Amino acid sequence: MIQVLANPNRFLKIVHAVLPIAWGLTALTFAAGLYGAIFSSPADYQQGETVRIMYVHVPAAWMGLFVYVLMAIASAVALIFRHPLADMAAKAAAPLGAAYCFLALVTGSIWGKPMWGTWWVWDARLTSMFVLMLLYLGYIAIWRSFDDPHRAASLARVVALVGVINIPIVKFSVDWWNTLHQPASVVKMAGPAIDPSMLWPLLTMAIAYTLFFLCLHLTSMENEIMARKLRAARLKAIENR
Amino acid sequence: MKTMIFTLLRREMQLSVRQSGGAGAALSFILAFLVLIPLAIGPDLATLQRLAPGLMWLALLLAVLLTTERLFQPDYEDGSLDLMSLSTLPLELMCLVKALSHWLTVSLPLAIAAPFFGLLLAIDIVVVPQLLLAMVIGSLALSLLAGIGGAVTGGLRRGGVLVPLLILPLYVPVLIFGLAASQTTLTPSGSTSALLVLFAITLITLVVQPWASAAAVRAYFR
Repeated sequence: MIQVLANPNRFLKIVHAVLPIAWGLTALTFAAGLYGAIFSSPADYQQGETVRIMYVHVPAAWMGLFVYVLMAIASAVALIFRHPLADMAAKAAAPLGAAYCFLALVTGSIWGKPMWGTWWVWDARLTSMFVLMLLYLGYIAIWRSFDDPHRAASLARVVALVGVINIPIVKFSVDWWNTLHQPASVVKMAGPAIDPSMLWPLLTMAIAYTLFFLCLHLTSMENEIMARKLRAARLKAIENR
Repeated sequence: MKTMIFTLLRREMQLSVRQSGGAGAALSFILAFLVLIPLAIGPDLATLQRLAPGLMWLALLLAVLLTTERLFQPDYEDGSLDLMSLSTLPLELMCLVKALSHWLTVSLPLAIAAPFFGLLLAIDIVVVPQLLLAMVIGSLALSLLAGIGGAVTGGLRRGGVLVPLLILPLYVPVLIFGLAASQTTLTPSGSTSALLVLFAITLITLVVQPWASAAAVRAYFR
């Protein structure tokens, strides 16, 4: 499977076949998820209507983490198997992951204002999400600092893999730090497991977010392949002159 | 192998001590940073005393960060890194030796001096030994992480802002456990366990650093 995708042209062919279907499914799941989130699901007995922010907030946070793991796996594949498209996959994923992180932080902040009465608290989860976004920004900055894409790729792999080792350590230490200073009482969503009427829109939104990521990611990789082809063609034109 | 390691270590340490911008400059930086603190948050000694351990950790982090550029950049620019990579010494070991010499000549002196500079912030004298111990252990992790950041940005002309962006998120665990290990408000067992975790984090970076730095240096030679 991985080897089949190693040929950029074959990969592009598959992308062109998959993308329209993926966009269609994205639109469908978003429509269903948003209907569930806004109309059919009940308001929370305690949080009222603001609980609907959850449906855009929680999947964004999940995606923020998921995309980093994906990026690290792609970097490892690039390092181990020298797969030509793995670096591009990691590069294309980074801005999307950073955007999901940002979305999670912003929607969380908007949710926090009515719930906790403040835009921001230095809670363990918020802090580790913040650090995760910084890791994304560092990774993106590495790609942007080098003209030579091959050199940038090999350095970006190191940054992504060191980052993925660091994430659990940061998570653990920040949790420890927060429980040391203040018990996480306000922030914890106490109570029993989430009700099915709220669970299905949440999961549908999570699927919609994932499909949306897939569409943007494939499109971004396509752009990257085109850009590299252009670069190679330009270099060749200069050589022949 | 042994002689090569020691020759490299001696070279690195001599360079670090004799060139400008080493431990001396970093110590002066900490002093300059200390002057600004009361100006920024007010001269109230009770407040300063409460904040002193955290501020000293910040000073140490920033001072180490500022010396990161000197780890690989000069050797990359004058070509010594090429020569070193041609030797039979594995690149991983070479990077480890560079980070260790950075620790011995920059971070360790800073870690030993910083707790006493804390007296300027009216630090509680009881905290100083604990802070010293935590800083000595933590500074090794700081140097090793600087070794990764320095290797990744070594060939960049203007790595400037990139280095802090890459390294500061990695410093988060060291800061948290280093500070916890130097808190007096904790029970002795609490601060001991924090110290042990700090030690564990240092050991993890010791494992990761040679590999990561060497991979980064190799990227510049392809």
